Amino acid sequence: MTDLDDIDRALVRALARDASQSAGALGRRLGLSQPATWRRIRKLEATGVLRGRQLRLNAEALGFGVTVFLGVKLATKGRVSLEDFERAVSAIPEVQQVEHVLGLYDYRLRVVARDLPDFERVLRRRIMTLPGAGEVEANVMLSEERRPGPL
Amino acid sequence: MLDDLDRRILRHWQADASLSPAELAERCAVAPGKVARRIARMQENGVIKGVAAVVDWAALGYAVEVALRVTLDKTVSRAFDDFIEAAREVPEVIEIQTFLGRVDVRLNIIARDMPHYQDIYRDRILTLPHIADIEALMQIARIKADEALPL
Repeated sequence: MTDLDDIDRALVRALARDASQSAGALGRRLGLSQPATWRRIRKLEATGVLRGRQLRLNAEALGFGVTVFLGVKLATKGRVSLEDFERAVSAIPEVQQVEHVLGLYDYRLRVVARDLPDFERVLRRRIMTLPGAGEVEANVMLSEERRPGPL
Repeated sequence: MLDDLDRRILRHWQADASLSPAELAERCAVAPGKVARRIARMQENGVIKGVAAVVDWAALGYAVEVALRVTLDKTVSRAFDDFIEAAREVPEVIEIQTFLGRVDVRLNIIARDMPHYQDIYRDRILTLPHIADIEALMQIARIKADEALPL
């Protein structure tokens, strides 16, 4: 685990909002030189605190009007069935996130679709037919907010 | 509307958000100026929201991640607003989503370890207003997290 000072924390916060900012611009805001800022960012990447970058797209503007969170219970358990299920579910293009969880369900999926009929198609043809898939619960997302977290 | 080239740019950029416009141009086999103009236009009309650095909370010592599925007391007219406003004040809440379905709100929470999670859950979560019921899903493993859209 990595300990961060206040400047590191400010850097992480700023880059999590917008990773396209240059080391020079970030440094000026934090009272650091460009090389010093660059070295800190490199270190945050090397220690794994910053795990790459993600392009944030407006799903709705691209025609994906529906996001659904699915809770999935496996009908059969055992190591092989977990691996088969994970491989097959990860290969579905509409599935954006797969988490193995402990609780009411075995897996939590985030699925995008163009609209509700399109979601029904994905659910029936792709999700329900997954190896080992049992009970499924769907919740349609209405709004989403990402918070900066404890930095 | 987007054409083939726009989609191609987004597909490559989604797969690797660290690519520069020049590298994207190379992968799409078109002139850099053309790609830069397409990106600028997609930023202007809000299709591209930006590039964000991904923070690895585990590398910062937050080993526990829990999704809390909350049902609210809907007899209170401001239940959603009050609850979300108060949840924003908890630093360990990193995502807030609202739903249509059996679950009303989902909070994604991180904690350093189980005793820390216990503290947050008792002191900060159970004290949030208008909760009717809470279910927890504890994350064991993240299998897929790219959040890519099937363009």
